[in-house]
Amino acid sequence: MSDIDPITLSVIQAGLQQVCDEMDLTFSRSAFSPVIAEADDRSDGIYDAETGELIAQGELGLPVFVGTMQFSTMTLIDFIKQGKALPPEEGDVYIVNDPYLGGTHLMDVRFAMPFYYRGELFSWLSNTGHWPDIGGAVPGGFSANATAVEQEGLRLPPVKLVKRGEMDPEIYAIICSNIRIADQRIGDIRAQIAALKVGARQLTALLDRYGADTVKSAIGEWRGRAAQQMRAKIERIPDGVYRGEAWVDSDGVVDEPLRIAVSIEKKGGDLYFDFSESSPPCRGPMNSVIATTRSSVYLAMKHIFPDVPINAGTFEPLHIEDPVGTFLYAEYPRPVSGCAAEVSQRIAEAVFAALVDPLPDIVTAAPAGSSGNFALGGFDPEKNRPFVMYQISGGGYGGNADHDGLTNGCSTIGISKTQPIEVLEQYYPVLFHEYGLREGSGGAGKQRGGFGVDYTVELRRGEAQASFVMDHGRVGPQGALGGKDGGRNTVTVYRNGEAYTPTHLSKDQDIPIAPGDIVAVGTPGGGGYGNPYDREATLVLRDVKRGYYTPEQAKEMFGVVLTADLDAVDETATTALRGR
Amino acid sequence: MPDSEITQSIIAGIDVGGTFTDLLLVADDGVKVVKTPTTVENQAYGVLAALAETGVPLSDIDAIVHGTTTTTNAVLERKLSRTGMITTKGFRDVIEVGRRTRPQPYGMFGRFEPIVTRDLRLEVPERMDAAGRVVLNLDEDAVREAASRLLELGCESVVVHFLHAYANPDHERRAVEILRDVWPNDYITAGHELLSEYREYERGVTAAVNAAVRPILHRYVDRLQSELTREGFRRDFLVMNGNGGMVSARLVDREAAKTVMSGPASGVMAAAHAAKRAGIDNLITYDMGGTSTDVALVMDAVPAVSNELDVEYAMPIHVPMVDVRTIGSGGGSIAAVSDAGLLKVGPESAGASPGPICYGRGGTEPTITDANLLLGRLNPENLLSTENAPSLDAIRNTFGKKIGAPLGIDTDAAAGAVLRVANDRMAGAIRIVSISKGHDPRDFTLFAFGGAGPLHAVALARELGIPRVLVPTRPGITNALGCVVADVRHDFVRTVNRPLDLVDMEEVQEIMSAQVTEGTTLIESETIAIEDIRVFHGADMQFVGQTHLISVPLPRLDTTREEIQQIFEKAYFDRFQVELPEIRANLVNLKTSVIGERPDFDLGRVMDTRLRADSVENARVGTRQVWFDGDWFETAIYTRDKLPSGGRFEGPAIVEQMDTTIVIEPENRVTVDDDGNLSIEIGAPS
Repeated sequence: MSDIDPITLSVIQAGLQQVCDEMDLTFSRSAFSPVIAEADDRSDGIYDAETGELIAQGELGLPVFVGTMQFSTMTLIDFIKQGKALPPEEGDVYIVNDPYLGGTHLMDVRFAMPFYYRGELFSWLSNTGHWPDIGGAVPGGFSANATAVEQEGLRLPPVKLVKRGEMDPEIYAIICSNIRIADQRIGDIRAQIAALKVGARQLTALLDRYGADTVKSAIGEWRGRAAQQMRAKIERIPDGVYRGEAWVDSDGVVDEPLRIAVSIEKKGGDLYFDFSESSPPCRGPMNSVIATTRSSVYLAMKHIFPDVPINAGTFEPLHIEDPVGTFLYAEYPRPVSGCAAEVSQRIAEAVFAALVDPLPDIVTAAPAGSSGNFALGGFDPEKNRPFVMYQISGGGYGGNADHDGLTNGCSTIGISKTQPIEVLEQYYPVLFHEYGLREGSGGAGKQRGGFGVDYTVELRRGEAQASFVMDHGRVGPQGALGGKDGGRNTVTVYRNGEAYTPTHLSKDQDIPIAPGDIVAVGTPGGGGYGNPYDREATLVLRDVKRGYYTPEQAKEMFGVVLTADLDAVDETATTALRGR
Repeated sequence: MPDSEITQSIIAGIDVGGTFTDLLLVADDGVKVVKTPTTVENQAYGVLAALAETGVPLSDIDAIVHGTTTTTNAVLERKLSRTGMITTKGFRDVIEVGRRTRPQPYGMFGRFEPIVTRDLRLEVPERMDAAGRVVLNLDEDAVREAASRLLELGCESVVVHFLHAYANPDHERRAVEILRDVWPNDYITAGHELLSEYREYERGVTAAVNAAVRPILHRYVDRLQSELTREGFRRDFLVMNGNGGMVSARLVDREAAKTVMSGPASGVMAAAHAAKRAGIDNLITYDMGGTSTDVALVMDAVPAVSNELDVEYAMPIHVPMVDVRTIGSGGGSIAAVSDAGLLKVGPESAGASPGPICYGRGGTEPTITDANLLLGRLNPENLLSTENAPSLDAIRNTFGKKIGAPLGIDTDAAAGAVLRVANDRMAGAIRIVSISKGHDPRDFTLFAFGGAGPLHAVALARELGIPRVLVPTRPGITNALGCVVADVRHDFVRTVNRPLDLVDMEEVQEIMSAQVTEGTTLIESETIAIEDIRVFHGADMQFVGQTHLISVPLPRLDTTREEIQQIFEKAYFDRFQVELPEIRANLVNLKTSVIGERPDFDLGRVMDTRLRADSVENARVGTRQVWFDGDWFETAIYTRDKLPSGGRFEGPAIVEQMDTTIVIEPENRVTVDDDGNLSIEIGAPS
């Protein structure tokens, strides 16, 4: 126990949290890229001056960044020590997006600002924002068939973008010459810097109020308590080894599934994660850098224990062996664009699958777990300009001990909302024919999975190319405790009236689209939880009345027979069927 | 009405809360305050009972203004009228699939039931594009078929929600015409009518909520009106809207969604009025009750209004509403020590039942109210006089065991810690409505009301650097007062969505003039006395390419393009510390508020002056030990009703009155102003 009283500790902790939340808000509200402004694909935090360890992170940050930024800040500090990056001065902001240096993929650009209090380096303020483009083979950066990181875009080591408060025009010019739609990037760069400045202003006020020494000892104390709280949670799990797995459809280049296998050993208050049985590194962009692999485990645990605060102490009881030799430990020059969006969610799914047995009350069956990236890029003759439309999608959440899974929930790693159809149609030459609930997709269970979405969209004029980075096209999200898998992801492109299905099911790029052609996507439903035959028959009847399932599905999936007028449960037939 | 020009001489404001129905009746010769229990199953009984208790015949009353939670409760408890929805083919699920969210950033749990279930949502062929051009004509027969199917399914209310109806409402209007022929009642809502803005989910949910509460509000209002008429009341009564304005009972159900958040709005209106009379324009209102706390911002004596509020998870009701932020901190909030050894207060609440331990209704967990009691802030003789009430020692034991022991501190410190942590959380909410919108709390006065607000206001102000706290005469009936003083208000929003340099400024003026004309006409059709009509214009803006909006005021109808540019750039810089000379500004929405101002109301009349003592000394009824910041102080106790106008005194002090208790810390200086408000000057922040 330090000498700081618990009340001051609480107040300072809330204060640090608020600094981060305020940074998150400033970044989103002033950003241009819809990926940041609407989808909140960004995160802000405070990091230790010496070690780079996480002190506090915004609650509204994208969950997948829960751990990565500390690795990125650690690498930066290391680079400075080794003389590979210039030493910090007040007013500097470093920029870095190298995935192998504590990152995710190239589109996630990290800024780090040394924060000085009364002339001394007190901590680092860092943030990450997903840029809508970073150069490379395809607009948006998700090249489904890249085989080396160079094809994925511009790679920046840690360099100072801002020097003593002034933007370096040369570095800025290099960046702008290498990315698409560069004219709006200045707005996002200023937003990203503004967030750090707002953070610095707020943190200074907090230190003025409580004194640097008190805040420092609060941070140290808080780190210990977070670890203690995480361990208290972990102790609910009986000692033992728990195994889970999950499958990525393919790497986009070689049409074979990639396996994630995790074994989790629980000893005392600690968990030991071993991914060494997973598939070897892959040719296509589904490799995961270690920072993302670790971060995915952290976010899965935070989903399971949402009330544990996020700081370096939270991660202390989670030991993750480096899975060297697997695709979850990507080294240069392996392509990695798919790791943040898709592989991270499969890692979380494997962790959920392993821990739903010992923690059946608080772990759900598998959620859809895909970001559902669909990019349509082309030229709009009416507006006489090129365009790139990004459409992300949600899917069903897993059933759980308490209720059916949520329909069209956001990705496991994200908190991003989709853009309204009315906005997409205003900006891009497209017309949606349908945007609705995907019937039948919720995995059967005592508590069924939530539903994915079905959408169909037509190009109205000009020409375009369609690209997809999705997942769960081969197998649906896993059911749990006797529940069945959720519906699989589907992609169909109707070109000149003929249906085309991508070879890799959920991943493809540059499919030519002409006016009148239609893209149809169905996103995954959530896994079911518990034996579907235990589902209350009246709930199955209700689901049929709402058109969620057909009467045939009610019978096949849930063992419930309805009367001919579909107005009631045929109790006798149902009992006979279920009782077999 | 023959006498509509006459200034109203008798006005009744009636607010229905969760526990009590409050009435404030204002006549030339005095005021009456009535508190009766709320009749939950039909609020009208409580309203009538309160009116009866005034002893004033209804035929003598000139205006009744009513704040009701009928629609709020219907939405939150999902006790809705059976409602059908007719949508564009391919889009019936818009209000169910939403925009891909979950209720919280972490945790894969979450549930959501749409306002209209899927079996009652039917599709018809029709389609507009984003420019409002017809892509597919409306299938009128399909509308008729859908209507008869919905009637067969037992729907009472119906909503038409077509894609891009904000851009071209022709199809929605035509569908409504067809429905008028076949639908047996008037409960027909068109999506574009309440909210003519893009975003199909938000517009659809808003319209669906409106449709689903319309019959409920209509029946309630209708029954109450006929009861009132039968008892001799000669006019239409008026209903409070969520924007802080009021509307005639005859018209209110058409836009029923606007009443969903009317409860908190009337309190903020009263606060704005009281502060304005006290010469204060910029306020943060702070209303703390038993389970929650509402915070709002008032600038230049006008409450901030937003049309982007969510009533709960995935339930956007995008009509103009007073921008009230609610957090789950109230007197009943439960304090507990977490696994990590940290003290947490709320959001779990003991509510009104079982309530805090000291209520003696079976509560066993330490709450904020219990902490206030242990620290001498609340009077134990008043609170513990009920039957079954536990002893002070029993409460002390609970605090010692559940809070003090795990934290290693004594019982007094434990109770003090509960208040400190609770205050910190409420201060956070206030920072969010002020600092995060670019305002400095030091430029504001904290207006404290609700049963528990005045207990905590001074500590919060100190924490936030707010220099002054204002406590109104009757903090417990602030909402009813809001009904009496509220203005008649109409808000309009029109989407333009063009770069500012391409906007036709004549068209801008035409849009705003038309909004002024429509608002003025509506106000003039009401029967309540209006002293003046004030008009405010504003714009929602962004830089081209952004999605978030920033609202800026436009000083005049003919504000020039260059002025708008400057106003926007300044507002943007103040908020984000960023200048973007490279990028053009975009004008998204033009907004106009037309406010019919009611005659000024002398708040001093709410206080019964006969009870006043001739000096502050004589208002003092004793002393007791009260805990402030780590120590016990022998503290003067005053009775509010006895405090004389113009009286001054210093803290530490406790002021007790029927509906609240006011805590004044050491070194605070208090003045009783002419209206009876306590104006508390806070010392420098510690």
